[in-house]
Formats: sequence, structure tokens, C-alpha cells
Amino acid sequence: MAGPECPEGREATMQRLYEVMFIVRPDVADEDLDKLIAGLEQTVSNGGGTVNSTEKMGRRKLAYVVRKFGEGNYILLNLSADGSLIAELERRLRVSEPVIKFITVRMDEEEKRLAKVRAIRATRKKLSAMPAESAEAAPAQPAPAETATQASA
Amino acid sequence: MADETTTTPRSEAPAGRPSGPGGRSGPGGPGGPGGRKFFRRKKVCKFCTEKIDAISYRDVRLLQGFVAERGKIVPRRLTGVCTTHQRRLSRAIKQARNIALLPFAARY
Repeated sequence: MAGPECPEGREATMQRLYEVMFIVRPDVADEDLDKLIAGLEQTVSNGGGTVNSTEKMGRRKLAYVVRKFGEGNYILLNLSADGSLIAELERRLRVSEPVIKFITVRMDEEEKRLAKVRAIRATRKKLSAMPAESAEAAPAQPAPAETATQASA
Repeated sequence: MADETTTTPRSEAPAGRPSGPGGRSGPGGPGGPGGRKFFRRKKVCKFCTEKIDAISYRDVRLLQGFVAERGKIVPRRLTGVCTTHQRRLSRAIKQARNIALLPFAARY
């Protein structure tokens, strides 16, 4: 997210957060599936992106028939990459035969919004916690002070 | 309409019309009953009360509660969802439809 401001080598890349979910046909073998995912991850890292996580969501029944298949293997890829790299990745997905459907969702704006909401909630909670702490501290301090003065008087 | 000799209906109609929308906007303001004149109990937005921030296209279970039997998106006045969440929900449902997690049109 520190694009043009960051010097030293990185040529003004804006790393954005993306979620790519794609469906692989159900009749591919497990090792082929792994090979496919590894190939895609390689594409991402070659292009300067990072794969945050890969999740195999398993075989699911599709809501409608896609290319004559009723079921498919769902795979979710979470990655931070440049926009042009995503274009390359999508081209690869479109071309690759076992992949029957894919969708790319941009997540960085959503993440920013969620972080903001969480930050607001954290400050709100702290505000409600602080008076309790100061209320506990305040009577604790004057109370022994009062008793001390009373004892001395 | 050109033969309207009686002017009384015409004079009644403008008087009647303000009360119509007036009556509808009364219960329409708080709850949105969808055409009824009396109060329908106020429906609250599920996402606002449960503080669900992110509506992802991936949680099909959540989305299916807002999709009708034939796969159509249920309007906001029936579910009680607030506008911002309805828009996000709608977007998520369309994304889910694209990735075959939800159907475009179900049954016959």
C-alpha cells in the first residue's frame, strides 16, 4: 500500500488484496489438482505477488450445471498482488482446461473498512472500560488516604 | 373523462389523495408494511443487530436466508434489512450466483 513513496527497487507497485475462487472439474486426480495450484502459485510469486493462503474447499454440488458438470472442486486463493498480475492469473485460469469457473474479488477496500469498524469498536470498548478502572483506582487511593488522615487526626 | 359534469368527485379526489399517502407514509416511515395502513411490527435489520460486518459470497447459509425459493433476492421490505446491508447482500448474492454457489433460477 506504500506505492510510489517506497524507494529501493519496488517500482511503484500497489499490492492489493484479492480473493480468487475457482472451480476445478470433479474428475481430475488429486495430484493434478495440486500441480495446478502449485503452477498458479508459481505464477503469482513470479509476478511479484504473494500468496497469503490457499484453501481447498472440497467437492460441492454446483447450483447449476456448468459445462455438463454437476459437481466441482472449489479452491480459494488469498493473495496480494498487482492489478496486472491478476490479469495474467485470470488469463491462465481461463486457458487451463480443468478450471471451469473462477471469480476474483478485490478485498483491500473491504479490509480497510472492516479495520476501521474494528478500531472504532475497540476505542468504544476502551472508553467504557476506562471509567471503571479509574473509578476503582480513585476510591482505592483516597480511601487509604482518608483512613490514614483519620488515623493521624 | 371529457364528460365529467359532476365536479364533486374531482374535488373529493384531491382531498382524498393527501390522506392516502399520509396514511401510507405513517406506518411506512417506521416499518415499511408494504401497502397496509395499520402498523406492522418494526422489523429490524439482522446485520445491524448481530453486528455482522462482512457479508461474504462464501457463506451460503447466511445468503440463503435472503433468497426466495425460486432463487430470487427477497426485497428489503419483507426481510427488514437496512439499505446499506441490502446492497452488500445483493452484491454478495450475485457473486455467489456467478460462482455457482447459488442458482440464478431454481425449480421450474
